[in-house]
Amino acid sequence: MAFYSTNQFKPGLKIMLDGDPYNIVENEFVKPGKGQAFNRVKVRNLKTGRVIERTFKSGDSVEAADVVEMEMQYLYSDGTSWHFMNTSSFEQMTAGETTMGDAAQWLKGQEMCSVMLWNGEPISVSAPNFVVLKITQTDPGVRGDTATGGTKPATMETGAIVKVPLFIEEGTLLKIDTRTGEYVSRAKEE
Amino acid sequence: MIWRPTAELGVLRRRAATVARIREYFARTGALEVDTPLLCAHGVTDPALENFAVPCGEAGTAYLQTSPEFAMKRLLAAGSGDIWQLCHAFRREEAGRLHNPEFTMLEWYRVGRDHHALMDDVARLLEAVGCARPQRRTSYAALCLEHAGLDPHHATTGELVDLVARWNVALGPVDLADRALLLDVVFSHAVLPALESAGAVFVYDFPREHAAYARLSAGSPPLGERFELIVDGMEIANGYHEIGDAAEQRARQEAENDCRRRRGLAPMTLDAAFLAALAHGLPPCAGVALGLERLLLVLEGRRELASVMSFYGAAGS
Repeated sequence: MAFYSTNQFKPGLKIMLDGDPYNIVENEFVKPGKGQAFNRVKVRNLKTGRVIERTFKSGDSVEAADVVEMEMQYLYSDGTSWHFMNTSSFEQMTAGETTMGDAAQWLKGQEMCSVMLWNGEPISVSAPNFVVLKITQTDPGVRGDTATGGTKPATMETGAIVKVPLFIEEGTLLKIDTRTGEYVSRAKEE
Repeated sequence: MIWRPTAELGVLRRRAATVARIREYFARTGALEVDTPLLCAHGVTDPALENFAVPCGEAGTAYLQTSPEFAMKRLLAAGSGDIWQLCHAFRREEAGRLHNPEFTMLEWYRVGRDHHALMDDVARLLEAVGCARPQRRTSYAALCLEHAGLDPHHATTGELVDLVARWNVALGPVDLADRALLLDVVFSHAVLPALESAGAVFVYDFPREHAAYARLSAGSPPLGERFELIVDGMEIANGYHEIGDAAEQRARQEAENDCRRRRGLAPMTLDAAFLAALAHGLPPCAGVALGLERLLLVLEGRRELASVMSFYGAAGS
């Protein structure tokens, strides 16, 4: 079992707390004048995304979390599981709905995703930063209106709903930033 | 390869000007500038500090000083009168926004003064370097009461444990019986953050668990005649009405070694030359150590030590 001392703490380090893997978001070394030093950290639970604060005595050790991120190709979903493949070893893994989180709504198939594994099991999936998807439903466009800045909802082929400018038509391909869920531009057929 | 200084040259020029004003202040107020060894035969017993140990072959191990306190007290015992020095100090495992394992310490001693008179002296020095004069003096107990609802001198250890639970600190069974450590949690989690926009505050009369090498007052309970200067939640200086009695000094350091053992740290051999100097006789005096870089942060209105040191991030961090 690997351990990290508090003097190795830095943002991005993965540690175990109360049986869950956490990512260090912030680390501050604090020390009253003559007394015990502490590391005050903000940590994100890698399973739930929740951020909590915790304090350690400086010099203490904390168990390292066996967390790795791996690029894997999304294959398909059977409705309850999402299937991924390691494109070099061809090993396949499945992720459940909780693990998929927001990523599921951006995926059609074939995309390379970042899959976070804890003790060899997927705990979270990030879609590619940008995806290109077709609009399957949106209200009729207002032709020529490219200036008023209004938006309307559009349903994409994956089911995701994105706010788009008023002039965008059904059937259009859009480039979308999956980190914000926002429309970036129209896209050409690949 | 990053080779450039971590501080802007303008800051370093103003740093030099501040050092010149400090030197002028001590010349004007009659303190002798001294220079003592950085490489010492003995390590520090303070359980919250860790020396850099330097292997010296057959000569054994030497230690880079964590403060020039013991050497300066030997000078005082030899009859130096008021003394000051600006030197580097080294503390392992201390690195962060406000810490670097090697930093610059301004330390001085005034003969025949107590900690209250020394607070006046610190205030005059701050004025001399162009820092607004501190406006507030308050006791450690008053701050704990105001910001944590705690009476630090009378609370039971059980009450301290209950209070500390609110900060989600990872503590073991040994820690939960360690009053000094529990008080540190309260001070660093409740008091210091509350002082972040309070300007300059002198905090005095520490609990006996945190008396360090300060005299204990005659009252009940006896309090450590010690002060800290805290500016916007950041500790700048730490001063004592110094213990003059060799037996008392030895007892304090042996208690520190006991604490080191409880915390799983190696005890350190006491510095016999220092204790001999106290046995010879230390004149009644008060002394204070001030972090030069922290003072520069206040003067420059900056928040990171790196911005006022030529090369932050020394080896060993």
